[in-house]
Amino acid sequence: MATARIATYQKMYVWELPVRIFHWLNVLAILVLIATGYLIGAPQKIFDAAEPSQQYWFGIVRFSHFAAGYIFFFNYLFRLYWGFVGNKHARWSEFIPLTRAKLREFWEVLKVDILQIKAQRELAEGHNSLAGLTYFVAFLIFLFQAGTGFALYSSMSDSFIPSLFAWIVPLMGGDAWVRQWHHLAMWFFILFTIVHVYLVFYHDWVEGSGETSSMISGWKFRKDESDDDE
Amino acid sequence: MDYEVPSIWRTMQAKGYSRREFLFFCGVAVAAAGLRANGLAQVVEAFESKPRPPVVWLHFQECTCCSESFIRSSHPIVADIIFDTLSLDYTETLQAASGFQAEKTRDETMKNNQGKYILLVEGSVPMAGDGAYCMIGGKSSEQILKEAAEGAAAIIAWGSCASNGCIQAAKPNPTNATPIHKIVNKPVINVPGCPPIAEVMTGIVTHVLLFDKIPELDSQGRPKEFYSRRVHDTCYRRPFYDAGLFVESWDDDAARQGYCLYKMGCRGPTTYNACSVTKWNANLSYPIQSGHGCIGCSESGFWDNGPFYQHLGAFPGFGIESTADTIGATAAAVTAGGVAVHAAASAVRKRKLVNIQRAEAEKSEAAHAEKEKEAEAIAEQENSDGGEEQ
Repeated sequence: MATARIATYQKMYVWELPVRIFHWLNVLAILVLIATGYLIGAPQKIFDAAEPSQQYWFGIVRFSHFAAGYIFFFNYLFRLYWGFVGNKHARWSEFIPLTRAKLREFWEVLKVDILQIKAQRELAEGHNSLAGLTYFVAFLIFLFQAGTGFALYSSMSDSFIPSLFAWIVPLMGGDAWVRQWHHLAMWFFILFTIVHVYLVFYHDWVEGSGETSSMISGWKFRKDESDDDE
Repeated sequence: MDYEVPSIWRTMQAKGYSRREFLFFCGVAVAAAGLRANGLAQVVEAFESKPRPPVVWLHFQECTCCSESFIRSSHPIVADIIFDTLSLDYTETLQAASGFQAEKTRDETMKNNQGKYILLVEGSVPMAGDGAYCMIGGKSSEQILKEAAEGAAAIIAWGSCASNGCIQAAKPNPTNATPIHKIVNKPVINVPGCPPIAEVMTGIVTHVLLFDKIPELDSQGRPKEFYSRRVHDTCYRRPFYDAGLFVESWDDDAARQGYCLYKMGCRGPTTYNACSVTKWNANLSYPIQSGHGCIGCSESGFWDNGPFYQHLGAFPGFGIESTADTIGATAAAVTAGGVAVHAAASAVRKRKLVNIQRAEAEKSEAAHAEKEKEAEAIAEQENSDGGEEQ
């Protein structure tokens, strides 16, 4: 079964270590936040038989949520900073498609993703511009989620950081509405995860650029067309 | 016409109270205002020397439940606060005078005590229809409120109506019921609740009386001493919440055990009030203690915050009873479906791609093999040719 085709691949270092650490820490925090957040919104009947004095599971769920929230927030702040000092692919300019080339790429990616047409041109090494814009919107929602979360937390804490967000509560019409929107925004994270993970697999599948492993190794691969046979 | 108002101590003396009883009253006042014990001397001095402040109590769009709560204040002497401590000069509900006589009293009180009287407002002000929805003595409530607010030393908004509009401001708010802090250009003490707790009301009046200034307010204009904590934080059922033990339906065993009412839509976690500390009816009980969840009656717009017995309310624009979870789960299902269809289509395409690549590879391999064969043949030929030459 020697059906190998000989081709040369270019190895490109795309995701720097801080970007990768941010990514996986973010994954971990978001998974914990979704699981515990969902439980806080809809607590399940778990240890009903035990004596109340012997259990504290809901308290632990809430503690995990708040702890993961802090990690999520500081990790997020770090990523904002890295958007100014990181390499080309980590920069903010990559997240907002403003140039003509970027906009053209935007449509190209839409065609590849939705109509499943083969890409006519080379797609970006790092984020393509559709992904970039999606992450930009996601970052805004990250901020919204952190803000509403800390606003809800501010009434039970004397710490400095939650108190910075206390003004959101009257602005949104009371704790009930902050909770409501915070809960709805959780679903964004769930939808985002489904689509994000699928598209990574999909692009890896059709492009063969090592997209999935790139977030572990940092390297992506691109076939060197100039060196192609014939 | 000189209008000399006696101090509280003088008034009490005239009514035959002893010094001992007066001091007891001062002690109760200290507690009601949430002061520390060393504030007693200050209170005694104030009650001995200050004239009883005149009070104008206005009623607009409301149900009088705030007045009903206030006159049920549990501390025996504090219950007399409106008659003894304060000089209640005008209130439609309790005064004996009526008609022109009543209106005249109000005007005179305001004129004689410019900048000194306390203005208590119960009810919201309808701004629609030029104020036609609530008029007293030929004047619109807005007009009356603005006149009265002008010379007031302090303005207290009693109850949710005056603080945030309450039920008449619930959607669609046909009369454009407006809370008074949006009409008056002065600081207003908001005392929300439907009704507020009697002891909270007397406590706030006592504070204003003692210090001649309004208590420390939070971002929504509520006195911090009574509204800085959520009902949930001081609820006696809180340990059940932390233990994750919840009432699942009104008649289950958990309800009999007195577990947390969080899943039954209790608004304790989002409501700022003193119910679980001060309680109601002479410290007897409060809704959660009676087995019913908090409905959040002191929160702004609580009528529009979703069904009382549902943990999370409905979202506008998504159908009548769509909670965040219904919306989210539907969106997730649609997304997952889309992903599955997309993946199937990609699989077909990928298969084609692989087949093409495989064919190409086979072709190139065959070509490669042929080339090699040719080269071998040439080499062999050359070899044999060379051999022949030698």
